[in-house]
Amino acid sequence: MVAPTTPETKVVFKRPESFTDVTTHYCPGCTHGVAHRLVAEVIDEMGLREKTIGVAPVGCSVFAYKYFNMDFVEAAHGRAPAMATGIKRVLPQKTIFTYQGDGDLASIGMAEIMHAAARGENISVIFINNAIFGMTGGQMAPTTLPGMKTTSSPFGRDVELTGFPIRMSEMLATMDGAGYIVRRSLHDAKHIRQSKKAIRMAIETQERGLGFSMVELLSSCPTNWKVAPDEALKFIAESMIPVFPLGDYKVRPELAGLRV
Amino acid sequence: MPAKGWIEVDDLHCKGCALCISACPQDVIALDMERLTPKGYHPAHLIAEGCTGCALCAIICPDAAITVYREVPVHTKKAPASA
Repeated sequence: MVAPTTPETKVVFKRPESFTDVTTHYCPGCTHGVAHRLVAEVIDEMGLREKTIGVAPVGCSVFAYKYFNMDFVEAAHGRAPAMATGIKRVLPQKTIFTYQGDGDLASIGMAEIMHAAARGENISVIFINNAIFGMTGGQMAPTTLPGMKTTSSPFGRDVELTGFPIRMSEMLATMDGAGYIVRRSLHDAKHIRQSKKAIRMAIETQERGLGFSMVELLSSCPTNWKVAPDEALKFIAESMIPVFPLGDYKVRPELAGLRV
Repeated sequence: MPAKGWIEVDDLHCKGCALCISACPQDVIALDMERLTPKGYHPAHLIAEGCTGCALCAIICPDAAITVYREVPVHTKKAPASA
């Protein structure tokens, strides 16, 4: 016998509470919005909103403090890990994360990020890698793929003249102070779910005091790549992932058994 | 009975990037070419029955503009078998 049923409406998905009701300034289809939402969802799930301090960078995500409904500070260009270090050392009970793009973290902020990892600062870094400088109009970044056209390499990046892309996750994974270094992508629903788990693991690493944690997220820039939003996601899957392989580059053994 | 779902798109946040349209496995989302959002984009909306409330559109949405609802059947408690 089948039990009688009455349908009940359930909210499956809604805007996270750690978001403000402000419309973002990002271009249509930019995955910065997805990365923001994942961070907000993780902070909601862990109930950390009242004790989290974010550090906003310079770049497209310079206004991140307007979109998160939590305490935020704005750092000078590339100096977010240095600022986060100071805040974490003065307020060790707070959860500190920085949100940085590749122009900020891998270019001008290279020294700060390397030394923050080398010192094993107990902070979490969300690193958005879209292979280009977005805010300033699509110039070549340290992460630009070989042969990729940008406004400052209009014939494609010539590796003999301008060198090769920098792989930050692999480099930071060699640091003894790093606790959790992974690379994920934001090009489809499956990878977005995996990225969210990685962000959760990074915050868990910090909560357990296991050292520096970074999640590198391969992201799209439809405007400066000059493609439609869905083609930009295809570009991540087909062109970026072969150069920036996804994976766990460093996971402290204490985290190995942790399921989130 | 297949799950019945529906979505609500917040016009304030939707920028008409159409990522939800390509993510939808049921092909029931399209841009509404008759309306404009306050920012001047054509917002996404449901065009047909068949949404299952899988939330793939909301997961890919870069502006957190989509709220997903699903009807879940509530099973009334079975009377305990008398011993």
